[in-house]
Amino acid sequence: MNEWVLISGMAIVTFSVRYPVLAILGRLDLPPALTRALKYVPAVVLTAIIMPEILLHGGTLDVAPTNPRLIGALVAGVIAWRTRDLLWTIGGGMAAFFAWRLLFG
Amino acid sequence: MHTRRSEFFDGFKAILPLIAGAIPFGIIYGAIAVTQGLSPAATIAMSLFVFAGAAQFIAAGLIGAGAGAGLIIFTTFIVNLRHILYAASLAPYVRGLPAAWLLPLGFWLTDESYAVAIKRYNADDESGAEPSPYRHWFFIGAAVSMYINWQICTLIGVVAGSTFEDSANWGLDFAMVVTFIGIVVPLVVTRPMLGAVLTAGTVALLLDGLPHKLGLMAAAFAGIAAGYVLETYIAPQWRARQNIRKRLKT
Repeated sequence: MNEWVLISGMAIVTFSVRYPVLAILGRLDLPPALTRALKYVPAVVLTAIIMPEILLHGGTLDVAPTNPRLIGALVAGVIAWRTRDLLWTIGGGMAAFFAWRLLFG
Repeated sequence: MHTRRSEFFDGFKAILPLIAGAIPFGIIYGAIAVTQGLSPAATIAMSLFVFAGAAQFIAAGLIGAGAGAGLIIFTTFIVNLRHILYAASLAPYVRGLPAAWLLPLGFWLTDESYAVAIKRYNADDESGAEPSPYRHWFFIGAAVSMYINWQICTLIGVVAGSTFEDSANWGLDFAMVVTFIGIVVPLVVTRPMLGAVLTAGTVALLLDGLPHKLGLMAAAFAGIAAGYVLETYIAPQWRARQNIRKRLKT
């Protein structure tokens, strides 16, 4: 495979989903219903990205307490909820994840 | 008083914790890409010109699996579709900016820079005060910092991947998960938002087997729909019931 064809193609499709909407929609007045719906974008997209990473293992659900990703995510979730501090969330979640991986990995 | 420079540095400061979370992810990308057979130069070029963490990650995996360029480009497109939603939600706040601003802001739009920028714009809306005329400098400050960091991490990853063949299995990619948890949890302040997040998470799990990560977009739309319906049709009923209960007490 030609790597440079690949990278050019990836760069073009990625730019095409980032720039045009930003430039065109900025000229229009969005209907309030759309604005209301868009408010949910950050939380739902990020959640949809991470849920399979946390709970799926090779395509099957892994909710066992020995799943390091589940424990790391739960610890991160509790820290984020109590402190709202991103660095503590990352540090605590990663520490729990690595500890569980050592114990059960 | 906000100046261009103060806005730029505030954007940099706001994205710092997200950069901390992205560092392991960037290193892993570089390491995986070279161990999957992408040349070091192409690995670095992909970070420079595509600049899309999740898509680059998946591309590296697909290269290792022997997929063709067409399939990888198509998958990149689908995985990055979420940026259309980000762009739509940011568009009202960048309207009127010249193309010289919109082009770089568009190119540098990522999960992280979006999260930081939209938080700032929402805070401005809520405060009701006249917003700073230089707040796009805040956005670009965050976005540029993310970009520079991504390049450095890619370089480190390329070196690590060429040195330690098993570095892709160290589990560093989990940093992205905990970073996103740290962004999402503080956003869940209303019941419709909680409903939206739970719906998106469930659909993402159910549809994970779909090709090209199409389940991600389906989950996003399901979550948005759930939040919208709860906020528009159900939340007023909750409030009405609460008011009745209050009145009964007094």
